[in-house]
Amino acid sequence: MKELAGFRDPELAKQVAKHIRKLAPDYLTKFCHVCGTHEWTMTHFGLRSLLPKNVEVIAGPGCPVCVLPAAEIDEAVELALKGVTVATFGDVLRVPGSDLSLAEARAKGGDVRVVYGVGDAVKMAKEEPSREFAFFAIGFETTAPLTANEVLKGPPKNLSFLVSHRLIPPAMELLLGVGDLHIDGFIAPGHVSTIIGLKPYEVFPSAYRMPVVVAGFEPLDVLFAVDLLLRQLGDSVARLENEYGRVVRWEGNVKALKLISQVFDVVDGGWRGLGRLPSSALTLKDEFREWDARERHSVRVEVGRDLLPGCQCHLVMIGKIKPSECPLFMGACTPESPRGACMVSVEGTCRIWAKHGVKR
Amino acid sequence: MCLAIPARVIEIHGDVAKVDFGEGVLREVNVALVEAKIDEYVLVHAGYAIQVIDRKEAEETLRLWNEILKLEEPNV
Ligand code: SF4
Repeated sequence: MKELAGFRDPELAKQVAKHIRKLAPDYLTKFCHVCGTHEWTMTHFGLRSLLPKNVEVIAGPGCPVCVLPAAEIDEAVELALKGVTVATFGDVLRVPGSDLSLAEARAKGGDVRVVYGVGDAVKMAKEEPSREFAFFAIGFETTAPLTANEVLKGPPKNLSFLVSHRLIPPAMELLLGVGDLHIDGFIAPGHVSTIIGLKPYEVFPSAYRMPVVVAGFEPLDVLFAVDLLLRQLGDSVARLENEYGRVVRWEGNVKALKLISQVFDVVDGGWRGLGRLPSSALTLKDEFREWDARERHSVRVEVGRDLLPGCQCHLVMIGKIKPSECPLFMGACTPESPRGACMVSVEGTCRIWAKHGVKR
Repeated sequence: MCLAIPARVIEIHGDVAKVDFGEGVLREVNVALVEAKIDEYVLVHAGYAIQVIDRKEAEETLRLWNEILKLEEPNV
């Protein structure tokens, strides 16, 4: 798509970077993004090196695999060890549970299969009607409507859903409550926003005076977002702006939102190392209970061990420390032998930094 | 996880469409969540199209930024 090439134009990037330097105030400014793909764009294209020293972009809890609490991995492990085939995204396999990861459950004889999406899980279940399947449904608002669509269509009888979807706006609100974490603005996640639209972010400028810019994932999308946030700071206003107009509409994806509200209820949910956040997770509505893997196979784990000793993944996830500030980073914890979820997932900040050789 | 990739719609059969990710990579995706037409670009996430990409809007965004930066250039 030729238009997209424009969002990687190095000449334009240079000009925006120059403009950013001009707008940058002389105090330390911190903007927070909440998406693993934004972290990838920042790191892969070396965007931080284009920003002046006093304009920082930190990574919030935007990696859906990293934020999964160990208790929910434990539930999936239990399913696998009980003989239920667990289908899920490849990224989830090595995420540590309290005792075992799904990869370790597989080594113990559990049947764990990697799928590209929920559609594959439905297909597998249809092809092997004598096996019980459970789809481990993780992901933010971007992924939840896909699960909802399959549930509404009437899935095969031998398939159930271990629903572990999480919602982004409550996680952003959490960050605002973290005492000594000072944030000057949010870069909101483009693909979550594709589904939810702009309205759920209105609270940030109106109640918290916090600027928000919804941004896409090309290098210029992120630079434009930083520029727009700096303009807001310069004008002493807090607005909600949409940089990603080519995809994000004010009302979001209405069809997808309808599916979410037909199939799920919003409930409190655990976030790895961060405790339970109010109204931050989705669960199947009562009328779809027969598809709930927790009910059907009686697996429910309330508490787990979220962090192995020494792992600071929870602090990395809220942007309080950089991966390099974790003493285990690239020592006891590497992509080959990860100690925490943030080093497992391709969207985890620790892994992105490790893979790109970022040292500080 | 929230990664989504643009693809051009080639054929539509009900909820399933054949799309082209470029360089000859063709795949079937679910288009139940969008109103996509042939030759339009959609954003694909985990086997589903989640939105139609507005190409005019993409051009407009770039045009505006080019203009703004040019206007502000003298004071940079
Ligand atoms: S480097 Fe490893 S141990 Fe340290 S916070 Fe990241 S995932 Fe945890």
